[in-house]
Amino acid sequence: MNVMTDEWLDVGEISDIPRRGARCIRIGETSVAVFRTADDQIHALEDKCPHRNGPLSQGIVHDGCVTCPLHNWVISLKTGQAQGADEGSTEVYPVRLDGTRVLLGFRGK
Amino acid sequence: MKRLVVIGAGMASGRMLEHLFEADPDAFQVTLFNAEPRGNYNRIMLSPVLSGEKSYEEIVTHDDDWYAGNNVTCRFGERVTGIDRERRVVCGEHGEVAYDKLVIATGSSPFIIPVEGRDLPGVVSYRDLDDTNAMIDATGLPNARAVVIGGGLLGLEAAAGLRLRGMEVTIIHLAGHLMERQLDEAAGYLLQKDIENRGIRVITRASTKAILGKSRVEGVALEDGSVIPADLVVMAVGIRPSAQLAKDTGLEVGRAITVNASMQTSDPDIYAVGECVEFEGTLFGLVAPLYDQAKVLAKELLGEGDAFVVKELSTKLKVTGCDLFSAGDFAEGEGREDIVFRDPARGVYRRLVIERNRLVGAVMYGDTADSNWFFGLIRDGEDIAEMRETLIFGQSYQGGAPLDPTAAVAALPDDAEICGCNGVCKGTIVEAVSTKGLTTLDDVRAHTKASASCGTCTGLVEKLMVLTLGDAFEAAAVPPMCKCTDLGHDEVRRLIKTKELKTIPAVMQELEWKTSCGCAKCRPALNYYLVSDWPEEYADDYQSRFINERVHANIQKDGTYSVVPRMWGGQTTSAELRAIADVVDKFNIPSVKCTGGQRIDMLGVKKEDLPAIWADLGKAGFVSGHAYAKGLRTVKTCVGSDWCRFGTQDSTGLGVRLEKFMWGSWTPAKVKLAVSGCPRNCAEATCKDVGVVCVDSGYEIHYAGAAGLDIKGTEVLGLVKTEDEAVEYISALVQMYREQGHYLERIYKWAKRIGYDEVRRQIMEDAEARKAYFDRFVFSQKFAQVDPWSERVSGKDKHEFKPMASFPESKVEAAE
Ligand code: SRM
Ligand SMILES: Cc1cc2nc3c(=O)[nH]c(=O)nc-3n(C[C@H](O)[C@H](O)[C@H](O)COP(=O)(O)OP(=O)(O)OC[C@H]3O[C@@H](n4cnc5c(N)ncnc54)[C@H](O)[C@@H]3O)c2cc1C
Ligand code: SF4
Ligand code: FES
Repeated sequence: MNVMTDEWLDVGEISDIPRRGARCIRIGETSVAVFRTADDQIHALEDKCPHRNGPLSQGIVHDGCVTCPLHNWVISLKTGQAQGADEGSTEVYPVRLDGTRVLLGFRGK
Repeated sequence: MKRLVVIGAGMASGRMLEHLFEADPDAFQVTLFNAEPRGNYNRIMLSPVLSGEKSYEEIVTHDDDWYAGNNVTCRFGERVTGIDRERRVVCGEHGEVAYDKLVIATGSSPFIIPVEGRDLPGVVSYRDLDDTNAMIDATGLPNARAVVIGGGLLGLEAAAGLRLRGMEVTIIHLAGHLMERQLDEAAGYLLQKDIENRGIRVITRASTKAILGKSRVEGVALEDGSVIPADLVVMAVGIRPSAQLAKDTGLEVGRAITVNASMQTSDPDIYAVGECVEFEGTLFGLVAPLYDQAKVLAKELLGEGDAFVVKELSTKLKVTGCDLFSAGDFAEGEGREDIVFRDPARGVYRRLVIERNRLVGAVMYGDTADSNWFFGLIRDGEDIAEMRETLIFGQSYQGGAPLDPTAAVAALPDDAEICGCNGVCKGTIVEAVSTKGLTTLDDVRAHTKASASCGTCTGLVEKLMVLTLGDAFEAAAVPPMCKCTDLGHDEVRRLIKTKELKTIPAVMQELEWKTSCGCAKCRPALNYYLVSDWPEEYADDYQSRFINERVHANIQKDGTYSVVPRMWGGQTTSAELRAIADVVDKFNIPSVKCTGGQRIDMLGVKKEDLPAIWADLGKAGFVSGHAYAKGLRTVKTCVGSDWCRFGTQDSTGLGVRLEKFMWGSWTPAKVKLAVSGCPRNCAEATCKDVGVVCVDSGYEIHYAGAAGLDIKGTEVLGLVKTEDEAVEYISALVQMYREQGHYLERIYKWAKRIGYDEVRRQIMEDAEARKAYFDRFVFSQKFAQVDPWSERVSGKDKHEFKPMASFPESKVEAAE
């Protein structure tokens, strides 16, 4: 994943994100949801459910997945893939921690 | 002979010198600086010194004879202030020394949180012998009290040591559970229980605001406003590598001194070892990898090649009686599977994390007998497919019994209450079954009254019969709450009460949850049960709530929200309407609608605007309408005797009174009320969860109606004469439902399950029971009636309402 990354944006402290919760990063029109699991793993997905664009950042985080708040699709935080019988995927963004800082990866245009 | 200068006589450099002298005692003439006024001692054994289990002399690693025997020039108590790389000299406080090779081993220093009062006498960190002695001195003060800030490894060892010396100790910890970096929530719960059993108070989710005191420390103030008195404050919140010296010298420094696999810094003649180094982005805080580094460095100095590699680490805590172990990566994730074993009676929790048939992580509490074996499996990446079924039981396990769903019930003491309605405890039931030879549930009901009323304890009674009679009794299968447990909702609710379980991790451990932290089904349910059963003590877990209840607004299909303020009993005023109109204009709210619940809904609101809108609505006197809550929603009314020519009572007034009395309460599913002024029933009271139909002789109370997914007319509960009675009976009814309902079960389903007669008996006929329900409702309202909107206007959960960061334009795009 990181191979293609040109730029790491410093988007905040890990403690800004509640455990088992998410915060949004706005980039122009796009919203990226950065998730923090119970054990401090971080993941980033476009804040858009593959079903009907529900804001994944608002869902309940469990088992490495988030349950969409609109119709309960379950999306993997790691791959962005819908789980179970549902089909679809959400864009995954590279994200990493530098100490306690959260860095989000982008490819320059 | 070549000259080797070493800065820092700690555990890493000490081990390096041992290897060096062992391999070639004559290779170097060594000068050793140490800021501490002593040589190398076993720092990790400071905790036994603190607790009094060991003396300083017993933990000295290298004494004067050792240094003399190896011809080491010791400059202890002398700090190094600079390195001149051009002249190749090290500058100590008392003079310079020239080097051919230099080793920096300055370790790390405790992090001091930058709060007011941190410099007061009596505030110490926990790093060296001087800190330890300062703590021991403080234990001599009369009625000495200590506050330890930080519930990690060091903080816990400090707390346990101080407690053993008789101090009153409180640990304050920022995260939700102790040692959160090494343990998951479940193990953290057991650890906290053990620590509390030693008489140490633990406060989690606590943030330090200031340290108080005039000439010396007197207490610690927390962000929530509370103050804990203290004569000693120990800061144990983390460490920072001591890399300043290297940085000032111009060596490459990231978060610590950057080294390659030979422990070489960016200057080929200067090496670094220990906690002050950073290798491939990794920092170090435990001795095992430092010892590996020490070995590599000794070889390197002697010109023999070797390379340092980062290995898996494991953690143990040196507090006698707290057996814990954690290793590897135990994060949850796709493609990973948990195996969880819990034995509540022995306080044991084990969790293994498996990925592609390999063990990748382990967390254990209470019984760590097999920890080394598990650690080996993780380190070596061994294929565990063959032993998967029995892996969790450890190395020596052969065959063995399946997990027993009745164990939680077996572990209950004899005086644990099983049937709440009739106050029957476990001992009574077991005795009746065995002495009277009872074999059926009906027998038990007849003889003990247990499970003879509301029936919510049926599952537990049956489990007791299985325990007493063995296979002779076949219990009806209770559908489990979810895949994480074998217990049904009723059983879980009953056990939460009898075993006094007051946190989600406590429920999961004591009731043997099969997963480590539950799922999206059981977490919200448990959160409700705990809110409902322990209104005063339980701290609501917002991350276990659905988004609407977390942000106190209803999410819409496009990700915007709707805002519905309360309009008590459906009444409003020109001032309220004007305030709503102003908010709609000010925030450009696209849609305003009258709801089916007699109030106004503002739809299409941006999440970021919510707090500002609530602030404006709050100024006009509005509070949240809880249109999103599993809780009290609306109370519809008709105009009643105030205006209507048929009205028999003040239905509007009663509706307003009920809503003002009952708002804020959380319930298993939503609760909607209505009050109609006469049997023409314009408020549609006879299809509500609870409805009142006013008649000349008083108030007819109805309940268990439905008009959503199902259509069902209400059942009649009974007639009462006064408004006061109406409020009491209705609150008691709702409280009964709050205590017995399954999460997401509306009143009409609950009542059908319990039986209308039983509900009527307890609320209408049993005055004592009714009074008790009513009192419990009133008690719980003390904590529930806080307007969530105004709380958030004053800053609560502010992270929910704004993006963490915003970047103006799309200069960047996703890199996959
Ligand atoms: C706004 C409103 C419709 C309207 O424009 O009038 C409404 C809107 C929603 N209703 Fe309703 N219900 C509204 C009155 C009703 C009524 C009528 C009433 O209360 O008198 C009913 C039938 C009575 C009942 O509750 O049984 C009703 C039965 C439902 C149901 C079916 C519940 C059931 O157990 O059968 C759901 C689904 C659910 O809760 O799972 C539901 C769910 C919803 C949700 C929350 C759907 C959702 O999960 O997003 C809608 C939220 C929209 C929003 O964001 O505001 N709504 N809903 C009404 C708000 C009333 C209020 O002031 O709070
Ligand atoms: C109470 C306690 C309990 C612990 N328990 C465990 C445990 O159970 N398991 C485990 O693996 N680890 C444990 N640790 C951590 C372990 O002690 C450290 O990882 C280890 O001591 C680090 O070794 P080091 O040589 O890098 O640094 P240190 O041992 O800290 O040595 C560094 C030395 O350098 C000196 N120094 C610093 N700057 C200068 C300067 N400019 N000039 C001269 N001298 C300087 C310091 O005074 C210090 O003596 C514990 C630590 C503490 C404090
Ligand atoms: S009936 Fe209720 S849930 Fe269905 S669309 Fe209308 S508001 Fe939404
Ligand atoms: S939009 Fe996410 S489940 Fe429908």
